[in-house]
Amino acid sequence: MEIQLRHIHKTFGPVHANDDITLTIPSGAIQGLLGENGAGKSTLMKVLSGYFHPDAGEILLDGQPVTIHSPADALRLGIGMLHQDPLDFPPMKVLDNFMVGYPKGLGLPRAEARQALLDLAAQFGFSLDPDAYVGSLTVGERQQLEIVRLLWLGAKALIFDEPTTGISAQQKEKLFAALRRLAAEGKTVIFVTHKLEEVEMLCDRVAVLRAGRLVGEAFPPYDLDQLVRMMFGKAVSKGERVNTALGKPVLEIKNLAVEDVRVRIQGVDLTVREGEVIGLAGMEGSGQRHLLRACAGLVRPVDGEIWIDGHNLTGKPYHEFMRRGVAYVPAARLEEGLVPTLTLLEHMILAGEQKGLIIDRQAALQRTQERIQTFSIRGRPHSPIESLSGGNQQRALLALLRPGLRLLLMEHPTRGLDMESAIWVWDTLKRRCREERTAIFFMSSDLEEILHYSDRILVFFSGQVSEPIPAQETDVEHLGQLIGGRGFQPVQEATP
Amino acid sequence: MTTSRWTQSLLFVLLAILVALLFTSAVLLMAGASPVAAYWYILKGAFGSWTKIADVAVAWVPLLLATSGLLMTFAAGLWNIGIEGQIVLGAIFTTWVLRVLQHSTLSPAVILFLAIAAGAIGGALWAALAGVLKVYGGVNEIFGGLGLDFVAVALILWLIFGPWKRPGIGSMSGTEPFPQQLWLPTLGQSRLSLWALLLGLVSIGVVYFLLSGTYFGLKLKAVGKNPRAAYLLGIPTTRYLMSAFLLSGLFAGLAGAVQVTAVYHRLIPAISSGYGWLGLMVSMLINFQPAWAAPVTLFFAALNIGSIQLPIVLKLDSSLSGVLQGALVLSFLLMSGVRQRWARRHLQEAEHE
Repeated sequence: MEIQLRHIHKTFGPVHANDDITLTIPSGAIQGLLGENGAGKSTLMKVLSGYFHPDAGEILLDGQPVTIHSPADALRLGIGMLHQDPLDFPPMKVLDNFMVGYPKGLGLPRAEARQALLDLAAQFGFSLDPDAYVGSLTVGERQQLEIVRLLWLGAKALIFDEPTTGISAQQKEKLFAALRRLAAEGKTVIFVTHKLEEVEMLCDRVAVLRAGRLVGEAFPPYDLDQLVRMMFGKAVSKGERVNTALGKPVLEIKNLAVEDVRVRIQGVDLTVREGEVIGLAGMEGSGQRHLLRACAGLVRPVDGEIWIDGHNLTGKPYHEFMRRGVAYVPAARLEEGLVPTLTLLEHMILAGEQKGLIIDRQAALQRTQERIQTFSIRGRPHSPIESLSGGNQQRALLALLRPGLRLLLMEHPTRGLDMESAIWVWDTLKRRCREERTAIFFMSSDLEEILHYSDRILVFFSGQVSEPIPAQETDVEHLGQLIGGRGFQPVQEATP
Repeated sequence: MTTSRWTQSLLFVLLAILVALLFTSAVLLMAGASPVAAYWYILKGAFGSWTKIADVAVAWVPLLLATSGLLMTFAAGLWNIGIEGQIVLGAIFTTWVLRVLQHSTLSPAVILFLAIAAGAIGGALWAALAGVLKVYGGVNEIFGGLGLDFVAVALILWLIFGPWKRPGIGSMSGTEPFPQQLWLPTLGQSRLSLWALLLGLVSIGVVYFLLSGTYFGLKLKAVGKNPRAAYLLGIPTTRYLMSAFLLSGLFAGLAGAVQVTAVYHRLIPAISSGYGWLGLMVSMLINFQPAWAAPVTLFFAALNIGSIQLPIVLKLDSSLSGVLQGALVLSFLLMSGVRQRWARRHLQEAEHE
């Protein structure tokens, strides 16, 4: 089935996630879709699979224009999608999960379905026990289940959204073999990824997205440097780099290991000094966030130690870190950083100094107005925080930070901000480094930002962490390749 | 736009009241009664004489206390369904202290004070149990509270028919009444105790003050609206959740204590009289704003008292007040939903222009 996307637009509030994307995907080949986080890959695929409705544009299947109202609709038309996080039913048995979405009648043909499940699994060399519980399967096995389920329901085009995240090397091999087989059978296979090596290994053609737009297409043999340039774009001038003189150690990480369901990183050793900025680069979910959280006491390390200003705070709660001058700024502003329905003023009261029992509203109001001025927040003291725009919420978050911090941990300090605001944010951050000797430890998916503002950079790839790289000794291409996994020593995969 | 917001909310409030009245009238018509007559008799039943006004105030106090408690837990984002059980435990603790001290040489005033304090502690302890289940055990407070409500009812029945039964035989009419010097003094011939009334008004005042003027209240609200952000802002969330439970239970316990010392002068099985449930309804109706608690609880108390004589005059069941109260809450929630949709649509249209 040939899929044609024509002038697809999709916006979420101010974000133009898909901006006029036109792409033809032939059948019988593996079509790669490459781009960094937030490039619009998943959005485009969710539009195709009926999960989102496009704001404008049309979809043609084998030349016929179609309107897709829902994922069930898409499946009727033969389009099935494997989502990045498996959307299955952990408490169900494999066979029951397999039969979910079976469209015909009331009675369920269990025996028939069981046979179909076993046959399909055998074809692809998957070993799926129909009577096991889905929750007991690995991520890889859950993918296999989803593949055979979609095929059984008649999918002629299959979309794989970052399918190699969190599965073992053997499962990856099986998955790739299955994908090649599907393409050979004449199915349409779309493979969404941010990993260059996977494109190189698997894809017959690749389309690259950046910031919601289709940048271009490429065919094998691939020029990886060109792909990296397409993915990350060209450098934007942000003025001169400013280097701050470094002082004594603030944060010492000793042989640290942290893990979550998906990744485990270990053996991290790092000393961060007063006034120093360390950037963490890597695809989301490679462990950066976990490392940051561990340094704030929000995640308990599996192994190793964390010292702040010469005090061993390993295993201590977040509030103990706070007392030592550590602050954490999350990326999910309205979920974790701010309290919706409370006003800007109330946030300032909560974050500020508190004397006695009764709130001194007059003083707080004055302080809030000062901060609104200093941080150029477009909002009034009595504005509910969720009524501010994303950029102003970010400014508010920064305005809430106490003066004289020792260590500032930040997830995506400028995500969703326009260029100008982003530069302003970093001006204030750098001033803290210079004047208050604060050390900053931040993660970002914007390589330019990391290169420009960090003193040293750590690159994360699938649970591996690079040595600290001085920012002057690297560039976007080099970092892009590292993030894509090139240049890392092949270490055995972390088995989830 | 902003200038008309106030009139806009007034409009929606009036609309909600209208919807509730229409619904209740329909119910009345189906029962073959005249709505106008029913509303008139409710009004007369609530405010027709000084005795009746006093009775309204008697019902007002426990409802006000229960609502005060619930506003604390709602501020922290908690559904304290266990409120009924907390009222019962307050009553049990108060009765217990009265029983122990009634033949002692302490002055009645001291005994009464100790008994009421014990009631507050009893309610708080029962709430703390729901709190521990929630905060440390991961049991949703709605489930924990509901379970504890049943346990409380079992406990009170066991006490009334078991260890605390009247000489001879236990009965639904409750324990042996306490001697009159252990009753909270009432106003003239009425059943209204000014002390109880004062307690209720002070309680809602305290809640209003805590939630609107103190760091404690603001932090509690932050925990209720977004516990994760509150935690990152440095608020010890578990401690605040537990405080909300304790305070809520304290006010509920006071309601139970008032029922024993000022109204029934003994322990009866239905000592909570459903004021906990009614308090939940009021809290939802006033959108959890303490400033509205006093007038709306008074109105609900008036409805309850006013409908008592309906069976006699109109052959209607007195639960009609419940129908009207429920209809009011539902229509208010409905109208706030309608209003939000309406506002969103206007916002979108404004954006498109």
